[in-house]
Amino acid sequence: MDALDLARWQFGITTVYHYFFVPITIGLSLLVAVMQTQWMRTRNPQWLRLTKFFGKLFTINFALGLVTGIVQEFQFGMNWSDYSRFVGDIFGAPLAIEALLAFFLESTFLGLWIFGWGRIPEKLHAAAIWLVHIGTLLSAYFILAANSFMQNPVGYRLNPETGRAELTDFLAVLTNPVQLVTFPHVIAAAYMTGGGFVLAFAMWHLWRDATPGTDKPMYRKAAKLGAVTVLVASLGVIVSGDLQGKVMTEVQPMKMAAAEALYEDVPEGEGAPFSIVTVGTLDGSEEVWALTVPKLLSYLATGTLDGAVEGIDHIQDRYELTHAGSELTAVEDYRPVIPVTYWTFRLMMGLGFAAMAIAAAVLWVLRGRGSETDEQRLGHRMWGWAGLLVLVLPLLANTFGWMFTEMGRQPWLVMGLMTTQTGVSPGTTAAEVLTSMTVFTLLYGVLAVVEVGLLLRYGRAGAEQVPEDASYDPRARDDDDAFVFTY
Amino acid sequence: MELTTIWFILIAVLWVGYFCLEGFDYGVGMLLPVLGRDETEGGSPHTGETRKRQMLSAIGPFWDGNEVWLLTAGGAIFAAFPHWYATLFSGFYLPLLLILVGLILRGVGLEYRGKVDSPAWRARMDAMVVAGSTVPALLWGVAFTNIVLGVPIDADMEYVGGFWNLLGPVALLGGLTTLTLFLTHGALFVALKTDGRLRHDARALALRLGAASAVLAVLWLGILHLRTGTPASWLVAGVAAASLVGGLLAAARGREGWAFTGTFVAIALATTSLFLALFPDVMPSSLDPAWSLTAENASSSQKTLGIMTVVALVFTPVMLLYTAWSYWAFRKRVSGHHIPTEVHHAAVVDGGERAGADR
Repeated sequence: MDALDLARWQFGITTVYHYFFVPITIGLSLLVAVMQTQWMRTRNPQWLRLTKFFGKLFTINFALGLVTGIVQEFQFGMNWSDYSRFVGDIFGAPLAIEALLAFFLESTFLGLWIFGWGRIPEKLHAAAIWLVHIGTLLSAYFILAANSFMQNPVGYRLNPETGRAELTDFLAVLTNPVQLVTFPHVIAAAYMTGGGFVLAFAMWHLWRDATPGTDKPMYRKAAKLGAVTVLVASLGVIVSGDLQGKVMTEVQPMKMAAAEALYEDVPEGEGAPFSIVTVGTLDGSEEVWALTVPKLLSYLATGTLDGAVEGIDHIQDRYELTHAGSELTAVEDYRPVIPVTYWTFRLMMGLGFAAMAIAAAVLWVLRGRGSETDEQRLGHRMWGWAGLLVLVLPLLANTFGWMFTEMGRQPWLVMGLMTTQTGVSPGTTAAEVLTSMTVFTLLYGVLAVVEVGLLLRYGRAGAEQVPEDASYDPRARDDDDAFVFTY
Repeated sequence: MELTTIWFILIAVLWVGYFCLEGFDYGVGMLLPVLGRDETEGGSPHTGETRKRQMLSAIGPFWDGNEVWLLTAGGAIFAAFPHWYATLFSGFYLPLLLILVGLILRGVGLEYRGKVDSPAWRARMDAMVVAGSTVPALLWGVAFTNIVLGVPIDADMEYVGGFWNLLGPVALLGGLTTLTLFLTHGALFVALKTDGRLRHDARALALRLGAASAVLAVLWLGILHLRTGTPASWLVAGVAAASLVGGLLAAARGREGWAFTGTFVAIALATTSLFLALFPDVMPSSLDPAWSLTAENASSSQKTLGIMTVVALVFTPVMLLYTAWSYWAFRKRVSGHHIPTEVHHAAVVDGGERAGADR
């Protein structure tokens, strides 16, 4: 493998890994903030216990999201220096603004939240976790604006003197049509993941016999909150994803065609079907058997049941003509890896729908007022597995979604402007990239074991019991008392 | 003033902020086994753990925010001087990899240390914090010496020097200087922000470390400014050295606030003097001055710089305001009695008679 392949692998590994922590951070910060607000509104100690329980899990997850995020910011310069030179004018600005607006907000107020229990006024303390959540949203907005530029470059011109892309309209970059549909999609998916996280740990405590009966109503509250979040958020994911399909068809027709492995054009009026699964060659060029929904692809791509959908072969011919002879954009093959795009697209949707179904089932079981019986219903072994799935499925759906959108963009680094192979650092050797890829992969592997171990340890132990005296209540403490939450 | 000059200054400010703030928490991290050792006389045999937790709690609310100065500096270089970002980060590849690994180990160590109540677990996390604080404290000095003195950069703005070229004697001297400066700064932070014997031990240690750092700093800054300095950079470096000495004198008299201010100003001015010596270059080439990256030829378009200027002018004051407030909210010294004795029920290790036994 040369430096280019290794750099691509490293980006894939480190980014997929980083993104396990991101949606949990976004979703869980919201839910912890909601729990803390509920405690302040109702003064029901169950909400305080849940805030602290999920707050601990949040900090365990946040730590890894934070440290793996640093790599993301420096990796562009290390492995993709020609890309950085070419688009730094446009791509660098949202990254810098993300750090200034979002990272400072998140880290400062998370510090205040962790160390501030009983030390800063209660309302400020609750505001701190809300500000952490707002920080995660700001962070997502700016980094997605940068990514959307790669999917659909807008607000720039190519400077013939410097050979670089230069910013002409920053507002256009921030309101890129891709960005406007991607941001809600990503945030809704993150809320779904956060909801699944809360639901999973709550279900586990409802399901297990060792949970004290007095704690069951508390976990029931958490389960309902988590399940409702998953359901509502998944509706948001569906609606925004549907809008995304239309925009994608317009700006990245190859990606849409590759999502269905559609080689031949489907003309207006015919209606392109969507296959749910296909048996045949992996790239879908020959199919033996397929389960298809008629006209669905046309609907996903165009919003009408018989809209025309361009096929892979035609788009390939078109791009060959357009980019012939160009230094930055001429390549032989403009097709992404079709088996990857085809299957990740289905896995993204399928796993998402499965998580949605589990959440709906839990809500059904927990309907009505709390009683012994419906909690006992969750005692079946099946629900233990469902709890695990509702945690893992949204995470994997997020991962497959990003694999689809990033690998589906290939061979482009910036759609239509620059191919991935021209963006790699020219001076960096394969040995250097291999070293860093190996180091990060091994380190990340070990950290994954440590992190999951801690999540299970704290998740299993459950919410802390309320002591007899009032010392548990943050309102009864001041800054001369011991820290209650950390280190 | 040219927008490129404004952004050169803003980036200098971000590095100053990073070194002055994260400098002390690197120092505290490195000193964990030194100041956090068990006391042999007077105290109980288990005070070391309490002392460590006092130190960690003192930096706890701040270290993550301090690190964001680095992320913002990196992002700002990317946005304002893409060629500088591209050449620096692809050229100093392995040192940066080491710094990144250090930052990962350190962040995880700090956050996870208290999560399991076992001496072996804590020892592992402490080692990660120490290593992860030492590596960047050393390597940023090495990196900045190389940036200021110039490195082999070819006509295509690519670094062509390799790894070992970065480890020249002056660069290593620079690394040792930042290392000892941050150690001193960290020890004074502990003296300022904790109470009990720890506070006094930290102050005494700061004096010894400070003397070493002052010698190294004078030597390092002297060599740098002899080679590339300007009258302005000499002046600022001189005031930096004077602040360091003044800070140490204040420490000797037990004036911890002034002492910490002294190292803070010294680090700020030493960093400023480097940027003064650098300007108008951002990465001079040792092969041919014509190939140097300058604030002019490495910069983004005027449009980007203009937008970024507005964003920085509006949001930096807001950020400074809440950062200052967080330092105010945790202004109290961390004493032994602030360290909780009860263990989170999830942190308890199974079958542990010994749970909590070492505190």
